[in-house]
Amino acid sequence: MSDQEPLLQVNHLHVTFKTHGGQVSAVRGVDFTVNRGETLAIVGESGCGKSVTSLSVMGLLPASGKITQGSIMFDHQELTRLTKKQMRRIRGVDLSMIFQDPMTSLNPTLSIGTQMTEGLVHQNKVPRSEARKRAVDMLKLVGIPNPEERMKEFPYQFSGGMRQRIVIAMALICQPKLIIADEPTTALDVTIQAQILELFSRIQRETGVAMIMITHDLGIVAKIADRIAVMYAGEIVETGNKRDIFYHPRHPYTKALLDSIVRIDLPSDELHPIEGAPPDLFSPPVGCAFSDRCPFAMEVCDHVQPLTTQLDLHHRAACWLLDKRAQAVRETVEK
Amino acid sequence: MAKYILKRFLEMLLTIWVIATLTFVLMHAIPGSPFNTSNGKSINAVAIKNLEAHYHLDQPLPVQYLIYLKSIITFNYGPSIRQPTQTVNDLIGQGFPVSFELGMWTLIVAIISGIALGVIAALKHNGIIDYLAITIAVLGISIPNFVLATLLIQEFAVNLEWLPVGTWQGVSYMVLPVIALATGPMAIIARLIRSSMLEVLNQDYIRVAEAKGLSPVLIVFKHALRNALLPVVTVVGTLAAGILTGTFVIEKIFAIPGMGKYFVDSINSRDYPVIMGTTVFYSTVLIILLFFVDIIYGWLDPRIKLH
Repeated sequence: MSDQEPLLQVNHLHVTFKTHGGQVSAVRGVDFTVNRGETLAIVGESGCGKSVTSLSVMGLLPASGKITQGSIMFDHQELTRLTKKQMRRIRGVDLSMIFQDPMTSLNPTLSIGTQMTEGLVHQNKVPRSEARKRAVDMLKLVGIPNPEERMKEFPYQFSGGMRQRIVIAMALICQPKLIIADEPTTALDVTIQAQILELFSRIQRETGVAMIMITHDLGIVAKIADRIAVMYAGEIVETGNKRDIFYHPRHPYTKALLDSIVRIDLPSDELHPIEGAPPDLFSPPVGCAFSDRCPFAMEVCDHVQPLTTQLDLHHRAACWLLDKRAQAVRETVEK
Repeated sequence: MAKYILKRFLEMLLTIWVIATLTFVLMHAIPGSPFNTSNGKSINAVAIKNLEAHYHLDQPLPVQYLIYLKSIITFNYGPSIRQPTQTVNDLIGQGFPVSFELGMWTLIVAIISGIALGVIAALKHNGIIDYLAITIAVLGISIPNFVLATLLIQEFAVNLEWLPVGTWQGVSYMVLPVIALATGPMAIIARLIRSSMLEVLNQDYIRVAEAKGLSPVLIVFKHALRNALLPVVTVVGTLAAGILTGTFVIEKIFAIPGMGKYFVDSINSRDYPVIMGTTVFYSTVLIILLFFVDIIYGWLDPRIKLH
């Protein structure tokens, strides 16, 4: 077992959806890795392919979606080549997912206890009594008071924040190696959001689980991510550790994204939105997907896709400005 | 729960009283009397007077109403006017088991086949099986049961001679009337299950169940079907009423000696005790069925509290 190897390695992933309007290329050549015990945040605006990427890893793409290219190596296994049945044996054992809306993530007609334990009982063949014990421990871990009694209760008897804690407990109960959390705090109010993020950090400290956090909220990213991947129009435009992305962003999209945050500590009367809209993925652009909205776009950007430039060990970005030949332009931009 | 049952019981008594009163009013509002004969022969006037006195029909209506209420409370409606050798209780005792058997088999067949058809259609959404199921459902809803009954008799009893034409003497006699009665309700249930199943299968908690790695069978039966059943349970009460009343016609067509025959005949011949007895009896059965439906509802969905 070489634990130096990344837990999850996604290479050149392409996902397309068949719709009535034609083929949509939702994910177009995504590469990223997640190491054991770390948190990778995937950020980007709605529709950039973050959720589709995570569903591909889970093997939960809807019937209309298909992985057309690329590989997903998880824990020394190639997930894209597994059968449905083999994939099912990995889900809920080594791989868990937390969905966006805690109000709809729990089945209204089954008790919390049943929903907590069923994965263990059916999937991991844990005896029922043992599973219940673990469920109680898990609920304790996520901060649900009186877990023994509350196991008998139904989702409608819990508040939104409590339900998300239950959903998290449910994802953790099988002691997975990787949890994918798809905007786990979007549906919660800010106070609860802070509590849940705190909970994530604590759980990670205690269990050492690796996490992919999908979000469009850079505040969350700053709080819990180790590394960040910025997605735009189905591609990862920049990856790096937290410091790289927040203090030395190199891709114009990352910069624009950071500029668009409303800062409470700086005097500012205006918002800085990113003008324009993402490209239509029914007919993906030939060149850089961001060139239409990029204030620094050069001619080459419209015609040729930029290559990924390795800036240092972990920091990579795909932009023509980083090309050696664009040195002069880059200097004027940076002024 | 005990409190709920008591409350429902009192409500049930009230409902039955309203039904009984309405029946009484309607019964006396329609012209004619039990002693009108269809063949034109008139009965001796003195004899009619004696008969009316015997059945308390010479009393003022409010008094008759009280006598009637008393007969309901004591479950003793007296003898039928047209068949004086048999009491109303005898008629119900003979007819009801047959009607009940027919009705229950119909309900069971309709529910099971309706759910199966609906679930398969939803799982194979937009496939050939789905379209086939929908076609069957639309046909089932559109064809009245008496039309279906005659077609079934023509094909399977007369042409193919596989099954008996009518009467009630064993399992093979049940097949055609049960199919004729069950097709409509089955189609309604199938359509409902299909649409609610499609909705439920798109819910986040189904995705969560998939993320837990549960098998498709477990997801469909444990997570999806239970939620999809809720709207169906609501209509099963109404369908049960439809099936019970539907048996009147079907019993007539298949010459089944159930209660429906007495019910229809009694109205035609103004056989007051039989009308009263069968109506009150049917209402009671229906109300009890609806009560069970509510209990099932509370059991399926914990958010519904019975109190």
